[in-house]
Amino acid sequence: MTVMGKVVATEQPLLKVEGLTKRYGPRIGCADVSFDLWPGEVLGIVGESGSGKSTLLSCLAGHQRADLGRVSYDGRDVLAMSETERRRLSRTDWAYVHQNPRDGLRMGVSAGGNVGERLMAVGARHYGEIRGKALDWLGRVEIAADRVDDRPSAFSGGMQQRLQIARNLVTSPRLVCMDEPTGGLDVSVQARLLDLLRGLVRDLGLSVIIVTHDLAVVRLLAHRLMVMKSGRVVEQGLTDQVLDDPQHAYTQLLVSSVLQV
Amino acid sequence: MIRIENLSKSFTLHNQGGAVIPVMTGVALTVSAGECVGLTGQSGAGKSTLMRMVYGNYLTAGGRLVVGDTDVASAEPRQIIALRRHTLGYVSQFLRVVPRVPTLDVVAEPLLALGTPATEARGRAASLLKRLNIPDRLWALSPTTFSGGEQQRVNIARGFAHAYPALLLDEPTASLDAANREVVLTLIEEAKARGAAILGIFHDEGARARVCDRLVDVTGFTPKAAA
Amino acid sequence: MTEHLAAGAYNFAYLDEQTKRMIRRAILKGIAVPGYQVPFASREMPMPYGWGTGGVQVTAACLVPEDRLKVIDQGADDTTNAVSIRRFFQRTAGVAVTEATGQATVIQTRHRIPESALKQGQILVYQVPIPEPLRFLEPRETETRKMHELEEYGLMHVKLYEDIARHGQIATSYAYPVRVEGRYVMDPSPIPKFDNPKLSGNPAIQLFGAGREQRIYALPPWTQAVSLDFDDHPFETSKAPHDCDLCGAKDSYLDEVITDDQGGRMFVCSDTDYCAGRRARGMKGRLWAPEPEGAA
Repeated sequence: MTVMGKVVATEQPLLKVEGLTKRYGPRIGCADVSFDLWPGEVLGIVGESGSGKSTLLSCLAGHQRADLGRVSYDGRDVLAMSETERRRLSRTDWAYVHQNPRDGLRMGVSAGGNVGERLMAVGARHYGEIRGKALDWLGRVEIAADRVDDRPSAFSGGMQQRLQIARNLVTSPRLVCMDEPTGGLDVSVQARLLDLLRGLVRDLGLSVIIVTHDLAVVRLLAHRLMVMKSGRVVEQGLTDQVLDDPQHAYTQLLVSSVLQV
Repeated sequence: MIRIENLSKSFTLHNQGGAVIPVMTGVALTVSAGECVGLTGQSGAGKSTLMRMVYGNYLTAGGRLVVGDTDVASAEPRQIIALRRHTLGYVSQFLRVVPRVPTLDVVAEPLLALGTPATEARGRAASLLKRLNIPDRLWALSPTTFSGGEQQRVNIARGFAHAYPALLLDEPTASLDAANREVVLTLIEEAKARGAAILGIFHDEGARARVCDRLVDVTGFTPKAAA
Repeated sequence: MTEHLAAGAYNFAYLDEQTKRMIRRAILKGIAVPGYQVPFASREMPMPYGWGTGGVQVTAACLVPEDRLKVIDQGADDTTNAVSIRRFFQRTAGVAVTEATGQATVIQTRHRIPESALKQGQILVYQVPIPEPLRFLEPRETETRKMHELEEYGLMHVKLYEDIARHGQIATSYAYPVRVEGRYVMDPSPIPKFDNPKLSGNPAIQLFGAGREQRIYALPPWTQAVSLDFDDHPFETSKAPHDCDLCGAKDSYLDEVITDDQGGRMFVCSDTDYCAGRRARGMKGRLWAPEPEGAA
């Protein structure tokens, strides 16, 4: 379990983004975004609504097509990939955790079926093994084994979000995109989820891009932080450095606007 | 182990008309392995600012700041992450943790991040908590509900869990009773003995006299214009 | 094929020649790409959707005057749907009809494959209500087409997984999905899974028509169609654990018939031609009592 130790020594970024631009007609979705993401690293992206965070994430995940720029994953050009290849990656190596679990779960399928789907999508054909893995993952996200045959519609919001995470991580992806994963959850549930995510990142060596407007979440979860405004990156650096010694006017405003508890 | 040359720092306050406030200039100091250097100077003179710069928490305006083989002043974020994980520990005055995480895991976390097996990491955490007189009935609880002194001791245990070659200590003995103060000072002496380079802020003069080999007054680094 | 039954009557087999050509093109494409759902411009037929409009159009496009047509509904030649479609083609195409599986050149069926083995040269036309096997879990048509294109069929197993999780076994008993020649996953129409093994390696041409959904697909002769399953829950056929009460057959698919309101019931072959043929050859079931001579 020396994942993190090894990880830092690797000399290749897992994801390399250069000059990524997406326009909606005359409006800018995101413009000229560049960054590297290294194995085992958690990158936070913050900014207010409409700052281009979600556009950026959906371009990276291939849900939208970028107008300009380059994205290379593990040395492969993502934007030039065939759809077959990209969809295969998104079932195996990549994961996408939606803000609303309903967008990322099959609500009519049992918890076990939800977790097992990605396994079956990559060819698992042994019911007992699929179910065993599903139970294992439900345990890891702290969902009781006796809920394995219940549908997510019978779960609380926090459980649904944890189920979504299990469903995404079961194929051991290397890159996880999360769009406001703790949004809409009670504070106590949020804390539990943050703890879970931190443990998973540490134990599995995941690379994570987490989009949020919650600075407390990124402080606890993200190694590095990128601040976006009007579709552009205005500042990036170590998370605590950006939050404690912000350089850009917008970041200073953002940090000083947070209510102190 | 820690070498600082001609370091400077200023803050630009964009929300107050872009005022630039120079806070430090010409900082120079070194801390060798096995040595403890204490920072002195009045409150507001920049002791904590300097510590935060060494940790990479504050950006530097100029100069060199080398810890181990990493120039913190010019390093990429991920190099600083690696530095903090392996080489440079920091005991701040505030405990910042994910709520709900048990104290034992909070303390074990730096070791887990290095890939230490969980049982070994928790064992080390348990022995530190025991030394620092945190009753074991509290180990399974989150430290967020603890008293100030207890939180401070959890913070120290966390900072000493991994044998960092370099350590930054910001008021490690503040708000501790005599017995616990003694434990912390012993921990510092042990760290020095195993070769750790320590840079610290100690308001407690007795503690300073006991563990510090040298003192550096940061008032000398205050820019003239602002003085 | 342009000969008319009588002046002013319908064109041969009801549909105009251009429409039949269009449907034949879809059929040929379906045969060329086994299991692939070919869109076609389904016509309004003089019967409601759900009564076999897709199958009727495929049959109309296949028929030639020399054909001998058999129509079955759930295996039976004498139910309303079968009788009306048979009469429809008798009137509009004037083709010969038969109830004997072995005698027919074209067989239109709803929900069954005849018990007697089919032969090379025969055409079996299925009526299909819902051609898309993935729809149960993925309602978006754009997405299911993409999934077929990219062979993303994990979802089919999710359905089977749900079955086992809920019932301890694969409870899907009809419209049981098959993978055709290792490529397309296909809905075999609501035939009982008892019939699934007959889909594979069949010497006859099997054509599937969905009128409302405007899709035609096909299994050419000798095509492999594998029923989906799990390694530890292999595909199994199932039927009522009885023998036919009329002909005594042990190997045929049975219908349960309630005979009174005292809980009386009997099991009979769903394939009426098969059952009658066995009885004609002297085989008897538990409740078989020949009607007395001259009875009404």
